[in-house]
Amino acid sequence: MTIADQLPVLPIILPLVLAPFAILLRNGRAAHVFAVVVCGAAFAFCAMLLARVTAEGVISYALGDWAPPIGIEYRVDLANALVMLLVSGVATLAAAFSYASIRTEIDDRQLPLFYAAFMICMTGLLGVTVTGDAFNVFVFLEISSLSTYALVALGARVDRRALTAAFNYLVMGTLGATFFVIGLGLIYQATGTLNMADIRAQLSAGPPGAMPNSMVEAAFAFILVGMGLKAAAFPMHLWMPNAYAYAPSAVSAFIAAASTKVAVYVLIRFTFTIFGSDFDFIDAMLTYVLTPIALAGMFFASIVAVFQEDVKRMLAYSSVGQIGYMLLGISFGTEAGLQASLIHIFNHGLMKSALFMAVACVMLRLGVHTCSGFHGLTKRMPFTAAAFIFSGLSLVGVPLTVGFVSKWYLLQAAFDAGRPWAGFLIVASSLIAVVYVGRVIELILLRDPPSEGLLANDVDGNPVREAPLSMLIPMWVLVGANIYFGLRTDLTAEIAGRAAAALMGGAQ
Amino acid sequence: MRDEHLILRVVMKVLFAPIILFAFYVQFHGDYGPGGGFQAGVIFAVAFILHGLIYGVAATKRAMPQGVLSALMSIGLLLYTGTGALTMLLGRNLLAYDALAPNSTHHAGQHWGILIVEFGVGMTVAATMLTIFYHFSSREPEIRDEDW
Amino acid sequence: MDPLQFIIDRYNYWIFIVLMMIGLYTVIARGNLIKKIIGLNIFQTSVFIYYISIGKITGGTAPIYTTAHQEKLFGHGESHERESHDGEGHGGGHGDQSHGPEAAGHESDDGHGEDASTDHAAEPLHAGASNDAAALTAGAGEAPHGAPGDIHAGAPNPPDALTGGDPATTEALGLTINPDLVEPIYSNPLPHVLILTAIVVGVATTAVGLALAVRIREAYGTIEEDELEDADNIAEFGVADPRDREPPPGGKGERPDGPPRGAKLAGDRLSTRLGRGGAS
Repeated sequence: MTIADQLPVLPIILPLVLAPFAILLRNGRAAHVFAVVVCGAAFAFCAMLLARVTAEGVISYALGDWAPPIGIEYRVDLANALVMLLVSGVATLAAAFSYASIRTEIDDRQLPLFYAAFMICMTGLLGVTVTGDAFNVFVFLEISSLSTYALVALGARVDRRALTAAFNYLVMGTLGATFFVIGLGLIYQATGTLNMADIRAQLSAGPPGAMPNSMVEAAFAFILVGMGLKAAAFPMHLWMPNAYAYAPSAVSAFIAAASTKVAVYVLIRFTFTIFGSDFDFIDAMLTYVLTPIALAGMFFASIVAVFQEDVKRMLAYSSVGQIGYMLLGISFGTEAGLQASLIHIFNHGLMKSALFMAVACVMLRLGVHTCSGFHGLTKRMPFTAAAFIFSGLSLVGVPLTVGFVSKWYLLQAAFDAGRPWAGFLIVASSLIAVVYVGRVIELILLRDPPSEGLLANDVDGNPVREAPLSMLIPMWVLVGANIYFGLRTDLTAEIAGRAAAALMGGAQ
Repeated sequence: MRDEHLILRVVMKVLFAPIILFAFYVQFHGDYGPGGGFQAGVIFAVAFILHGLIYGVAATKRAMPQGVLSALMSIGLLLYTGTGALTMLLGRNLLAYDALAPNSTHHAGQHWGILIVEFGVGMTVAATMLTIFYHFSSREPEIRDEDW
Repeated sequence: MDPLQFIIDRYNYWIFIVLMMIGLYTVIARGNLIKKIIGLNIFQTSVFIYYISIGKITGGTAPIYTTAHQEKLFGHGESHERESHDGEGHGGGHGDQSHGPEAAGHESDDGHGEDASTDHAAEPLHAGASNDAAALTAGAGEAPHGAPGDIHAGAPNPPDALTGGDPATTEALGLTINPDLVEPIYSNPLPHVLILTAIVVGVATTAVGLALAVRIREAYGTIEEDELEDADNIAEFGVADPRDREPPPGGKGERPDGPPRGAKLAGDRLSTRLGRGGAS
């Protein structure tokens, strides 16, 4: 048995086994290097996994040699390989990025613990994505959530509101996870199995009219609410702006890109792989529940973002709006819509992470993440400013960036699905994004840096310098990815297209 | 002043060893009946928590220092995940404990695997429970970073 | 159908629903952070009870093979390749014949209540004899497992009990080897295993939540939600009234009155740095 056979499990087991070593290292610098290496290895495995799935198709891995549906199965297809690549890639870059930023925000002695929690968080998110067992999703989801609560609370040293933000996140996240578990219990009671493919088979089999019964529908409702809470879908997003705003900067850059996207992925997986749009109630749900949620999120959250004084909060609200785009793609219930959603999950991860990294650079030098720190940034921190502008344009959806690709496919899907009005609404809400991104870009480009007051100098009282290379390089790798995948649209679009076809294929 | 709790202290002294013994019983009997690492770990920690409640946390910390607990936590987790990973090194899937005793006709590897994993779980749980107890009981009004 | 009977038959669901609502109400309505955590725990516990009750089968016992049953069931221990989760260490593992009798004797020797029901699997289960589930269903006219809405309604049989009723699983387990076997009836262990995991997760969540509450108490001096909000508002805007919380619409710069928020944060940051005495 070679390494290739173990590929599905390696990105999960490697950080999980090695995270305790980070605690034993007791040295922040060493733990940082260690975390980057481990996350990088996980990323390499995920890339190999994606390559292999692209070439050979679905990979199934039976844990402990217990064959599915009895044992836990890891099942990798294109959809989760793509999400895994995003999560591990952003984790690697965020880990590399984090050191200079995080050590000014938390105590040095906490650094090994921080990196251990970081790795476990990544493990959890990857595990949620890779597993083919419904209950395993819950376990990994809680692994990642618990470490995320701790990571968010670490921001308390800079701003004590991180504590209340983490507490609210914990309450909401636990409610969401418990709703999810209730849904799983109902599914298990109805089908007698927890393997996703097997649930699907059990739901499709049986005498006509036996499935889905009201129990299965209730199960789906619980799962929808649970994952909606975890994904911060519009009316359930209240935990998110504070959690993202007051978490340590590097943590925001990672969880904003990864954690909600994984929850959206789980929603896709349950909607299409397990239930499938051939069930009437799924169709009704997509049309009458998910579409309003998506549209409301796109508009309300974006409008709220316009009025935020704190750039991190603004980006968090913008994330709620962007989750709306993903849900809108799902709500079309078509292959094109699903493809657009998957593309946007990937692309939004790239742009949001880059934006939060730029804010982290400002935070490092000026000690603030409000708009006032961005005045005349081009004159003080040109590379950071340029990174913010490029990824901000990507968020708006300017051509040649990934944001444009997302919006383009989303628009196409809207017109294909016979909902041209949705297309117009997408454009309209993008215009709101122009306002909130443009507001900050105007400050960066057109204002003069303050010449007096606290923000005239950096936190140590010296003239403001550019962020260190260790932060600039990961940030610009992400900005580069924003542009690269904006030009090479065929890469993501093809993978997402095939993944969407496979997901919808499960429905027939 | 300590004499005020004479009964508690005597009862504690009598109970301490049986609780630990019971923890090990639950730990290793978990292979055959109800029990296992999680329950055993909690019971094990209970003995020390009881000790801390009656003799004071400082005394318990002398008996079981925080540094040891941190190491136990990490090592337990390593045992737990390492056993699973070991089966990969032995050429089977993750957690395929049969690889530990490939020639056995009656799945002795499963026996060994579960035994080691549960031991790791017990270690981690006991250390974590005690750590949580230490941290909650010995917090100072002002935040000291090493406590967090 | 007699509506009263309908309600009584599903009493485990009513317990679940009532507890769940109490928990949710506590989480939402109480401002005290500790009470919120208590509510969260009640909410989670209701789900645990729900899971446990769906795994329970009237007359079923804890799923632990005794040697006698195992021989009856499989003929000999090595005849099957795979064992379900629940059988781990008892079926496949327990096939170790030299250990079997010893273990069985061990079990019947020990006097602990938790084992009392496990070694006399054929006996009907008495309330209080099993770990958790018996109290819920003992005396029930109908097992929750057989409630309408469950596609596997009907009299539970042993394979169903082990696999949750999935016929494919049953076959894969080879449990139909001896169809004459009617005893013992096992409760479905899988929901119990699942919920054990969920309980561990719940314990971890509670610990993190309480730790955060302690930190919040230290940072703010209170754990009442409205007081926390006031404290944040006062720190940010100098007033506790929520109506003054929003900055002026479209305002890009700082508020004219009071120190700019950024400056305050920067001040915190500076003091943090100074307090650390050049640790960076």
